[in-house]
Amino acid sequence: MAETMVEAPAAKTSFIDEVCSVPGGEAIHSCIQCGICTGSCPTANNWDYPPRQVIAMVRAGFREELLSSNSMWFCASCYTCTVRCPRDIKPADIMHALEVLAFRSGLSTKQSRTPVMYQCFVDSARGNGRVYELGMMIKLFLKTNPFSAIKLAPVGLGLFLHGRMPLRPTRIKGMKEFKAIMDKAKKLGGAK
Amino acid sequence: MKHYSYYPGCSAEATASPLGISVPPVARALDIDLAELEDWNCCGSTPYNSVNKLEAGAMAARNLALAEKTGLDLVTPCSNCYVVLSSVNTHLKELPDFRENVNEALAAGNLTYGGGVKVRHLAEVLYTDITPEGLSGKVTNPLKGLKVASYYGCQLVRPNGFDDPESPHSLDELVTSLGAEAVPWELKARCCGSSLIMPEPDVALGLINKLLKNAQERGAQCLVTPCPLCQINLDAYQSQVNSKFNTSYNLPVLFVTQLIGVALGIPAKELALSKNIVSPMRVLAPYL
Ligand code: SF4
Ligand code: SF4
Ligand code: SF4
Ligand code: SF4
Repeated sequence: MAETMVEAPAAKTSFIDEVCSVPGGEAIHSCIQCGICTGSCPTANNWDYPPRQVIAMVRAGFREELLSSNSMWFCASCYTCTVRCPRDIKPADIMHALEVLAFRSGLSTKQSRTPVMYQCFVDSARGNGRVYELGMMIKLFLKTNPFSAIKLAPVGLGLFLHGRMPLRPTRIKGMKEFKAIMDKAKKLGGAK
Repeated sequence: MKHYSYYPGCSAEATASPLGISVPPVARALDIDLAELEDWNCCGSTPYNSVNKLEAGAMAARNLALAEKTGLDLVTPCSNCYVVLSSVNTHLKELPDFRENVNEALAAGNLTYGGGVKVRHLAEVLYTDITPEGLSGKVTNPLKGLKVASYYGCQLVRPNGFDDPESPHSLDELVTSLGAEAVPWELKARCCGSSLIMPEPDVALGLINKLLKNAQERGAQCLVTPCPLCQINLDAYQSQVNSKFNTSYNLPVLFVTQLIGVALGIPAKELALSKNIVSPMRVLAPYL
């Protein structure tokens, strides 16, 4: 609590603005804290702060607490909250925006392996123009807990034996243009 | 013949290969021309959108720009690609700054996007353009007596799907048009955990267990879904669910194109039925 007392009001405002900058994000100002999002969320019992509370905390400017929490990383993008919210808020999009901010601020949690998985996914997609699932999984396990791979090894083997786990990545042909597009986007996007 | 531009998505070519393999023969039998989008790239999916929105937008937009040149609707069988490509498409229409930046990035690869593409899900094309009636007219092996649980998952129907987001019915109608029985079950549009299966397997396995339990209790002999991610979670991870929860599910999870293919008399091999992890041969034998 102490940190939030000392946080300058200006910083609070900019955090809300950043979160609200996603399309439709301003709607969070009309949240009535009904809790329908939390009640609809299939993973809410794992969140440090469940969806309703996340919305309240964004509005109250609890930046560090939220960005370092495991909350949004448990969002499975099922969009149940989004279709049910009586105030047309899009909690799923807010969670994705918080993930972007958590990455950008370097606060993303180590309690969840999801941030590492997302990064591995992005590297894979960017590297070949296509996602290479096996490579991505191996990287995820190496970067987090290699021993946990043992439990999931039978799944990978099963897929492999059924011809569903190629041992080599696929690359798109227009890699040069693709890379030029992605580099340009990176430059233009800067932090966004 | 109806013509479309086809976007398979990365999974349909690898971990969801039974989908990628079964789409073309079914499309041929239904007189749909699905021309694969030349040199398409990964849509970026939810993870990219959670890392950097402009890069994610440019990545998805390269596909939209390529599709625009064909002048055809862009059809994907993957529910995640569907959500990602259609939401970037909408944002490009509604947000001038985003559109400008994305187009500037595309220009670096000699592309441009004018916003003229319509993104559609294959299941929606089957339901709206082919229609359940049109489909039933082509059935040669009616799936009489087969009890099927239609699994919509999330992203086919939310946030902006073509069916009711809470209680969808399109897949059930397609299943019924094949002569099969669509069993009513409560969790047909609830979440399977999607990509959390990798970083947080315990959470996702719990959700998958609930789905399989509900489908089994309602008497389903198999499940059917259009989405690669849903299929992998329910099929490839079913044995993990069994060991974690001490259950003994043996529920085949078919791609909707595989089930349609059986009813249309397409040989099992062309439908890659042997690539499903939980073998569907036992329940499908009477119809092959
Ligand atoms: S459902 Fe909407 S209004 Fe209700 S608490 Fe959640 S975000 Fe706020
Ligand atoms: S979209 Fe995310 S936050 Fe919303 S209900 Fe689904 S998992 Fe929960
Ligand atoms: S949904 Fe995933 S696997 Fe499919 S194309 Fe998009 S990113 Fe690639
Ligand atoms: S994979 Fe699972 S979470 Fe994703 S859309 Fe399909 S049902 Fe929903």
